[in-house]
Amino acid sequence: MTAEWYVVLSSLLFAIGAMGILLRRNPVVILLCLELMLNAGNLALIAFSRMVGNGQGQIFALVVMVVAACEVVVGLGLIVAIFRRQLPLDVDELRELRG
Amino acid sequence: MEAILFFVAAIGALGGALGVVAMRNPFYGVLALVVHLFSLAVLFLLLTAAFLAAAQVVVYAGAVVVLYVFVSAYVGGQTESAWEPIPGQRFLAPLLGIALFVELSVAVLASSLRALGSGGPEVAAGFGDPAAIGNLLLEKFLIPFEASSILLLLAAVGAVVLASRPSTPGETPPPLVPWTEHGPAGGEGVGGPSERFAREEPGASGDSGTTLHRRVASEEGPPAPSPAETPS
Repeated sequence: MTAEWYVVLSSLLFAIGAMGILLRRNPVVILLCLELMLNAGNLALIAFSRMVGNGQGQIFALVVMVVAACEVVVGLGLIVAIFRRQLPLDVDELRELRG
Repeated sequence: MEAILFFVAAIGALGGALGVVAMRNPFYGVLALVVHLFSLAVLFLLLTAAFLAAAQVVVYAGAVVVLYVFVSAYVGGQTESAWEPIPGQRFLAPLLGIALFVELSVAVLASSLRALGSGGPEVAAGFGDPAAIGNLLLEKFLIPFEASSILLLLAAVGAVVLASRPSTPGETPPPLVPWTEHGPAGGEGVGGPSERFAREEPGASGDSGTTLHRRVASEEGPPAPSPAETPS
């Protein structure tokens, strides 16, 4: 398979993730869609790394994976804190920074 | 063979992604994400990134998805209401997604990258295996490696701080659910605790109870009829 297929698939996955972020209002689902977008970026990075024939692009993908894990931990901690304070889990209701 | 594997994995990844977006219950969305991640690991293997495929399965499907499962089970399956705060959001969002896809595809495919139409150059046998990644990570990319470890530490500390109960005396957080004493919603059905005690356990134990209960029981003799049976 040529690299075009991987890149087009990656952009399609990225667009699906962005559509989910625009469409859904549950913060858990929004974090899931963020995961989709980060993974689409990873796929593009690895495809380009294979295109160049150089392994350094895979280090980029690894760092993106680490950042995604951190984002998940902090985001889910925020969701648990919101749930404990009896606030609605809906990003249209959570407009204020003040808890 | 490679093409068949690519299309199977691509369909799996797309189906998983659409499932994440379309499932109303976040728990099923997490399960769709597992399908998506395993398909992506197959794609990584096709791109000769063996270590990243293993890391994808272990880190995502092993750790991140477990976190998601625990949090979505803790929060509960809250289905979204059909009420839309932005009118036409249900139609505008897919439109913007399609526009983004077209834009990204044009931006990549119309670029003059020569290797885009090829499968990439021939690589050596050890391309992308753990030894190659480890060599790169500990020699050339040592500083990003250490920075990512500091980032992981900070994220762990931040998550503990965020998820702990607010205990500073200055602020007054809204109270937790009073399940313990009065029932779920402040006890509108049953009265106070003493009244409920007098109704539910009349004469079960002789010397305990409210003063009213004791007085009624002593007036009516030893086979104490329960005051709850009298219509109130």
